[in-house]
Amino acid sequence: MVDFSIWDIVRNLLLALRWTVGLSLMAFIGGGAVGLALVLLRQSKSAIFNAIVSAYVQLFQGVPLLVQLFLAYYGLGLFGIDTAPWVAAGIGLTLYTSAFLCEIWRGCIASVPKGQWEASSSLALTFYEQMRYVVLPQALKIAVPPTVGFLVQVIKGTALASVIGFMELTKVGKTIANATFSPFLIFSCVALMYFVLCYPVSLYAQYLERKIHAHR
Amino acid sequence: MPIVEIAGLRKSFGANEVLKGIDLQVQKGEVIAIIGKSGSGKSTLLRCINGLEEFQSGTLSVDGKPLVHHNAAAMRALRQHVGMVFQSFNLFPHLTVGKNIMLAPGLVKGKSATDNEALARKLLQRVGLGEKFDAYGDQLSGGQQQRVAIARALAMEPAVLLCDEITSALDPELVGEVLRVVEDLANEGMTLLMVTHEMNFARKVADRVIFMHQGRVHEMGPPDALFNAPQTPELQQFLGALHL
Repeated sequence: MVDFSIWDIVRNLLLALRWTVGLSLMAFIGGGAVGLALVLLRQSKSAIFNAIVSAYVQLFQGVPLLVQLFLAYYGLGLFGIDTAPWVAAGIGLTLYTSAFLCEIWRGCIASVPKGQWEASSSLALTFYEQMRYVVLPQALKIAVPPTVGFLVQVIKGTALASVIGFMELTKVGKTIANATFSPFLIFSCVALMYFVLCYPVSLYAQYLERKIHAHR
Repeated sequence: MPIVEIAGLRKSFGANEVLKGIDLQVQKGEVIAIIGKSGSGKSTLLRCINGLEEFQSGTLSVDGKPLVHHNAAAMRALRQHVGMVFQSFNLFPHLTVGKNIMLAPGLVKGKSATDNEALARKLLQRVGLGEKFDAYGDQLSGGQQQRVAIARALAMEPAVLLCDEITSALDPELVGEVLRVVEDLANEGMTLLMVTHEMNFARKVADRVIFMHQGRVHEMGPPDALFNAPQTPELQQFLGALHL
């Protein structure tokens, strides 16, 4: 058995935490961009686009993230694409995040009152102008708290990337636990690190919610 | 030449036909009050005029611009000639009063920022809210919000202004200030079509009153004739129920 000092453990976990943060950012930026494109497609009156986006959202919301990661990792391999774990994890998390963000944002746009559409239509604004100057600015305000709240889910979701061998926080924790035979200590440290990462984000979401309710 | 021309207009919501063939011509500068029970189709008729509701048959034109559904360019041309004021004000809550008024002239008519602001300030003066340029809608009373909404519609310099029960959501003490603005507009020669429950106001300001009943223009004429000598039993009953 190798001897690990507490410092060795914490240092290795902190190094792994970088990958958890990196993967979270990848999921959020990729998922945000795809989600935004989807939600805008969804606003178009085209029935085909609507059906496609709706099917996409249902599919990725209806399949466990864990299974999506397996599919991304092994599936791409079947097509002869040799995927590194981080690529597969990035793709899986992007698909998952985009589906949820699309649905969250669609709800925010739908919650802008119908009267706002009617008033801006009456003023001869085009669909694009209505979106850009009337509806999206209002939807954005509504969207901030649930979006930031969902970020917490994504951060915790990255732990699942450990199953396809991605060396993020959970996977490194498991590796060290196997070597030190003190899983409770190690996973306590891992839990603490996730908490330290997520709690400020939760607080920020609460703060934003209060701020938005206090103002118009 | 009439400024609003409606011929044979029919409109259904599903199987329910709410407008059963409307023919109406409105002359420039005419003030028309549309009265009738709820469900008689009066609001729907008004909303057809600027294309908020789609109708199944008939024709409609404003200031020579025909209404063509699903033609964005034709719709944009027509809507620049028709202003609308709603029961629920529908101010844009994220914009100041001034920006509410300047948004459409800037985007749709490409008005320069200076001209646009000058016009917005002038219109706010006209509705008696000159000092509210930088306020937000939720800092104003209902009556003030509705006057801003009128100024916003006027900023597009419409040929016709549609008013859809614009005092129905107001506390009674705020109704007067909004009606005074409308009355001034009428006196200045604006063409107005208003759906209203304010019978005294309709009698005083309107050139012509339309009584709608079950999706049809049931009775139409000068206010004195309609209010003092209603011809049909339906209008007699409607007026009787109001305890005028």
